[in-house]
Amino acid sequence: MSGADLLFYFFATLSVGGGLLMVFSRHPVSAAMFMIISLVGVASLFVLLDAFFLAILQVLVYAGAVMVLFLFIIMLLDVGPGGAKASRLKLLSGVAGLIAIGLLVVLLLDLGLGSTDPSLCSAENCEDCGEAPVFAWPEIRDETAANGNSLVFSPSVKAFGFGLLAKYMLPLQVAGFLLLSAMVGVIILSKKSAIDEEA
Amino acid sequence: MTTITPHHFLILAFLLFGVGFLGVVIRRNVLLVLMSLELMLNGINVALVAFSRAGANLDGSIFVFFIMTVAAAEVSVGLALLVALYKKRKSIFTEDMNLLGN
Repeated sequence: MSGADLLFYFFATLSVGGGLLMVFSRHPVSAAMFMIISLVGVASLFVLLDAFFLAILQVLVYAGAVMVLFLFIIMLLDVGPGGAKASRLKLLSGVAGLIAIGLLVVLLLDLGLGSTDPSLCSAENCEDCGEAPVFAWPEIRDETAANGNSLVFSPSVKAFGFGLLAKYMLPLQVAGFLLLSAMVGVIILSKKSAIDEEA
Repeated sequence: MTTITPHHFLILAFLLFGVGFLGVVIRRNVLLVLMSLELMLNGINVALVAFSRAGANLDGSIFVFFIMTVAAAEVSVGLALLVALYKKRKSIFTEDMNLLGN
């Protein structure tokens, strides 16, 4: 087991463990803190996958902006630890949790069975279908290149910007318009008069 | 050579998605439900970046960028709705949002 493997398992544990602690923590502030741990773990996994720009975006946007917004709302609404008056819906949430865990188990079992499916093992790259074929990550090039209509993976921000501004120009404009409309919507929702008139 | 394959990343993505789904389903605090939704989106992002890297194709990574944009917009609007709801109902627990009756 090499160092990169250990890093993968460390950050995978960090992200899933942070998520589990977030789901099961009683106080919303500690839940937000565990969520930040989980998001930083995911950002580190992006670094392991050579997606450096996305890792920076993950920390800036999620840990920096979204979670601060969550903490601000938690403190604005003064939310305490919930669940004291939970008993009314205990059966319902128990059943719902069972369904969620069942979905997770089915997904994982499906994935585990799929990996040892002999039909996926073609004859030319794997003589002995009993063991899993060795996977090699493709070499990455540090340049912007287009392979037909698809862009070649590259860790550089330059390639990312080229893709955004050339091939994905229209989606970028639509994303900008979406952010603008979200901002206008939030301002209208948060205006004092809008709530008071309805109330 | 590392022994980590896209398979490992896919299992991790499913785990993140499942934990987020569990949070959406069992938590009654709407803030925690929104956070769990973010966790589900993160699971999808991990799967997309892993496939993008394994297939040497940048399109998946750019899609993750747009997912992040939409998630940020969704959270801001969701929290504004939550604050407006709190002003009316004085609660952010889902069992108190029974305007249509019990």
